Parts: sequence; C-alpha cells; structure tokens
Amino acid sequence: MSASEPRPRTLAPFGRRLAEVTANEGRGPYRLISALDRNGPDDPRPGQFYMLATAAGWGGVSGERPYLPRAFSFCRVRNGSDVRPTLDFLLEAIGPGTARLGAVEPGEEMWLTGPLGVGFTPPNGRPILVGGGIGVAPILCLHDELGTSVSVLLGFRSGAHAAVAALFPGEPAVVTDDGSVGRRALVTELLREELGAGDDATVYACGPPAMLEGVRAICAEREVPAQLALESGMACGFGACYGCVVPTRRGFLRLCVDGPVLDAADLESAIGPGAGH
Amino acid sequence: MSGPLDICGIRLRGPVLNGSGTFDAIAARRTFGDALLEDFPFDAFVSKTITLAPREGNPPPRLWEAPAGMINSIGLPNKGLEGFVRHDLPELHELPVPLAVSVMGFSRDELAALVEEVGAREEVSLLELNVSCPNVETGLVMGADPAETGRAVERVRARTEKPLIVKLTPNATDPASVGAAAEAAGADALSLVNTLKGMALDPATGRPWLGTGAGGVSGPAVRAIALEQVREVSARVSIPVIGMGGIGSGRDAADFLLAGADCIAVGTESFRDPAAGRRVSRELTMLSRNERDFSPLRAG
Ligand SMILES: Cc1cc2nc3c(=O)[nH]c(=O)nc-3n(C[C@H](O)[C@H](O)[C@H](O)COP(=O)(O)OP(=O)(O)OC[C@H]3O[C@@H](n4cnc5c(N)ncnc54)[C@H](O)[C@@H]3O)c2cc1C
Ligand SMILES: Cc1cc2nc3c(=O)[nH]c(=O)nc-3n(C[C@H](O)[C@H](O)[C@H](O)COP(=O)(O)O)c2cc1C
Ligand code: FES
Repeated sequence: MSASEPRPRTLAPFGRRLAEVTANEGRGPYRLISALDRNGPDDPRPGQFYMLATAAGWGGVSGERPYLPRAFSFCRVRNGSDVRPTLDFLLEAIGPGTARLGAVEPGEEMWLTGPLGVGFTPPNGRPILVGGGIGVAPILCLHDELGTSVSVLLGFRSGAHAAVAALFPGEPAVVTDDGSVGRRALVTELLREELGAGDDATVYACGPPAMLEGVRAICAEREVPAQLALESGMACGFGACYGCVVPTRRGFLRLCVDGPVLDAADLESAIGPGAGH
Repeated sequence: MSGPLDICGIRLRGPVLNGSGTFDAIAARRTFGDALLEDFPFDAFVSKTITLAPREGNPPPRLWEAPAGMINSIGLPNKGLEGFVRHDLPELHELPVPLAVSVMGFSRDELAALVEEVGAREEVSLLELNVSCPNVETGLVMGADPAETGRAVERVRARTEKPLIVKLTPNATDPASVGAAAEAAGADALSLVNTLKGMALDPATGRPWLGTGAGGVSGPAVRAIALEQVREVSARVSIPVIGMGGIGSGRDAADFLLAGADCIAVGTESFRDPAAGRRVSRELTMLSRNERDFSPLRAG
C-alpha cells in the first residue's frame, strides 16, 4: 500500500454501545482493561481508537467531570471462540476520566464507540516499532499483526512503568529514564542506533509529544518514512466538533478522522498546541 | 408531539434537528459508513456554518470540559461558499432528510451574497442565519442588537424565497426583542440558543486555556438558561421556534416543547452518543404516548 492510498479504517457501528468489562488488572502503574464488544467488529485496525465512558458514575457522582467520553487506542483484540471480540485497553490514570475508567469492575458496563479514525498503513520496508510510556498501547496490536520478527523499541519513565513490556512477545528492547530496567536512555537513542541512513525501513511510533518529535526529526534526517500516532483533546471522536485539530503541512487536520496516525512528513513538528493531552 | 410536522412549509418526519456545528454528516459517514443513512439521527440536517471565504478556524486548544458541559473555541472552520457547494453539497444531498444550510456573514453584503447563492440551490430546503458574529462595518455583534438583526434580516429577505431561520445568541440583553425584530423583518423561524460566552484557565499556568482566550459554553450546563430563553422568545413571536441548549433526553426535549418550541435540536449530546438524536426522538415518542397533557405553555 503506498502512502497516497487511504489508511486502513474499519467502520464503526453507528452510535455508542454497551460492552461488558471482563477484567481489570494492574500492569505497573497502568491498568489493563478488557471488554467484551459483542456488537462490534472483530477487525479494528492497529492505531484506531474507541471513545469510552462508564455506564454508571460518569460525572455527577464523584464530581463535576468527566462529562465527555475519553479516547483510547485498543492495545489488543482477541477473537477466541467464546470471547469474540474482546478488546484490551491500557490506561494511565491522569485525571477524572481515566481514574473512573481505571476503577471499573468486571461485570460492569462501559459505553463504547468505535473503532474510530485511521490506523497504521502496512510497511513497504522493514518495520521498526517505537513506543513510549502509555503510547505502547497501539504498538502492541501492531506488533500482533506484523509478527514477532519485527524490531520493537520501548521507553519508560521507570522500571515500574516498564512492567507493560512483558505484554510483548519476544524480547523488545527496553530503556528507562532512570536506568532501573535496561539502559538509562531515551527510546529515541535506540532508534538512532537501529536506523541506518536510507535504511529500507518504516518507523511506527506512539508516545509523548517530545518522543514523537524526536522520532520525526531522526526519520526526516535519515529519509525514512514514519507513521506517528498522535493525541489531542477530543470531544466526539468522529469528526463532529472540529475540536481535535493539529497543525500540519496540509493545514489543521482533525485527528479523530484524518488521524490519529499521521505521516511524519505531514508534520512540521509533533509538538504543537493541542498535541498531547 | 413527536410525529410528522410542517415547519415553514417543509415537511419533517419528526421534531428533532441537530445544532449547527455539532454533527458533521460527511465525517460521520466516513466513520460509520452507510449505516448512518439507514438510521439517520435527525429529522432535518443543519450544516455547519459556512462563510463566503474559506476559514481555517481558531488555533488549538479548542476544547475545555466544563462541569456538565464544555467550552469550545472552534472558529467556524469551513471551505467557504465555493468549496461547500462543490464538495459538501452533493454529499449532503444524499442524506434522507431535508437540508438546512447555516450561513454567517461579516457584513450585510456578505450575508446577502451567501443567502442568494445558497438559497438558489435545489438541494437546500431551509437557510439558517448565524448572527453571533461582529459586523465589521458597525463593530456590533449582529445578533446582540434588535435593530442590527432587523437590518440584516431585511437585507437578505428579498434574496431568497426559501424559509429563513434566524439563530439567536443568548449573549444578548434581551433575546426576545431580537427575535421580535427578526420576525418583523421577515424571518420564518427562530432557533436558540447558540453557545454562551465562557472561558477557562490552564491550571498549570493560570493563563487562558483556549487558543483564542474564550469560547462558548454548551451542554447540560446551559439547559436551564436556554429553556427560559425559549419560553420568553416563543411568547413574543408567532413564527416557529427551534429550541436547543443541553438537550440530552426525550424528557429534556419535552420540556423545550412545553416551554414553547415547535422543534428541538440536539447538539453537544451527539458528542457523547453519535445516535443521540434518534434516542431523543424515541424517548419523546414514549413520553407523548404516556402523558396526556402536552399542550405547550405558549398556547395557554
Ligand atoms: C487517539 C487517542 C488515543 C489515546 N489512547 C490512550 C490509551 O491507549 N491509553 C491511555 O491511557 N490514554 C490514551 N489517550 C489519552 C486519554 O484520552 C487521556 O488521557 C484522557 O482523555 C484523559 O482524561 P482524564 O479525565 O483522565 O484527564 P483530564 O483531566 O481530561 O486531563 C488530561 C489533560 O487535559 C488537560 N485538561 C485538564 N483539565 C481539562 C478540562 N477541564 N478540559 C480539557 N482539558 C483539560 C490537561 O492538559 C490534562 O493534563 C488517547 C488519546 C487519544 C486522542
Ligand atoms: C463544538 C461546537 C461547534 C458549534 N458550531 C456552531 C456553528 O458552526 N454554528 C452555529 O450556529 N452554532 C454552532 N454551535 C452551537 C450549537 O449549534 C448549539 O446552538 C449550542 O451548542 C447549544 O446546544 P447544545 O447545548 O445542545 O450543544 C456549536 C456548538 C459546539 C459545541
Ligand atoms: S474529536 Fe470532535 S472532531 Fe475530532
């Protein structure tokens, strides 16, 4: 698939639907939440996301927010005979919405809309996957799809955060900011070492804005194509509010319908107003 | 009160519209496919506001979540009249419901040109004038002032035979007087409320969060204010009124109808539930079956 072809998008059923939470486990400081999406498609594309809200206690109970649903990449889709399809989400609690979702109990129901946006495009050359922190979520399902022989480079704040690396089959390269697991380095340093000039590779990355900007700059310098999964504040997730725009060389793009995966070549910088969350 | 009805001579299958700028049917079709058309959530579709020249919209961040609502500073991004007619109109024509196009001009001339061109298109059933913007000639926000609104409506009235809805801003001292002035100048219907002015500070810096400093508040947070404005305005005019502001259920919709609205619109609730319009319709039908007395306050 060439870069000019439309990116992979699995259509979402129209409207929001209820999904039953089947598990909520700790993975270091993150939560790994599974939900049975009985009425959803079993083939969301890595990089696509869902808007989630709990059915009960979303606003009104514990405080004034959350009111709007929140965006989450699925990190895995499982289609066993009795669990078709189960979606896994990896959550980092940073505010009222993620705190409430992080506290869901098995048997509880969540509102879910998706899959939304466009995902990663299959590679032309050797894929290199780069994930930072909670940004490993879409990298995990991409890894599931591309197979275990691809290079996976992961970076975390601390050894506790690096616990999620265990979700990856094979042996991903892991670095941490404090050196408690793997080398003390930024994941962009691993990418610099992995990537030769003019390498026949495609880089896929998701992580905090500063990391994505590092990846973008390295790939631009080495003339290697990169696809970056970005974040911005969202209200709707399906193009209705025009709130989630990020500045690109093609003007403002709505990240929820034209992204969240964008070609690095379209970006002047991965750090912009509205980028990140 | 939830069956088919006529609004300004246009037949609608029900009373539930969308608020302009809160549902992009084209992007929704990219996301949900043709399932959107099979179960289209609204009984008429109102486009996002268009202007004569294309607009990029405001710098991000554009959103802030407020208690039971949100503040937006979107800035009317749109392709401009020409781009809208060429790219969007053919797609909007495929929707299974009548189309209303929302227009805004930065002068009366601009507004008149838009109304004439858009009104001439057979795909378009109704026009909505978004008057919540400053007139660059007078410096006044058109919709904040009865006389200014009257002059704008008068100016465009002769340019089209299509029904003209004037969308009132709640940021006026006396919206009912603005509504009455619009009616006197030839408006066929009124819609209200648009968003209420609001702002938020970045907790980390103490500086305004939104890219433009301030924005408009919508959602349940504004419902009580909207309900009272709908009551006041509909008591003053005899043309149909489309009520909106924080409607999220059939019960909310029924309240607006009881307060004097003839139709209602769902806005921010569609962000939480893309099919909210359908749900509100269904709930309204259930209510009208169960409740005997639904005669609006306006009639009494
Ligand atoms: C496409 C996409 C995929 C994502 N995938 C994941 C994922 O897989 N896992 C994951 O954990 N997260 C993911 N996120 C991020 C996640 O959506 C956010 O962390 C979440 O929305 C935060 O909600 P909250 O209520 O917990 O925090 P909030 O309080 O909303 O805070 C989040 C940030 O928003 C700002 N903010 C603070 N108050 C407000 C306010 N009132 N209104 C608006 N902004 C405010 C601040 O900058 C704050 O740091 C994704 C985001 C996107 C866009
Ligand atoms: C993100 C957003 C964009 C909007 N854009 C427009 C617009 O382009 N034109 C317009 O007339 N009103 C616009 N509105 C106002 C809505 O149509 C509606 O009047 C208002 O939000 C109140 O209804 P609600 O509380 O149900 O959302 C917008 C509202 C929101 C939240
Ligand atoms: S989140 Fe509403 S347009 Fe993207």
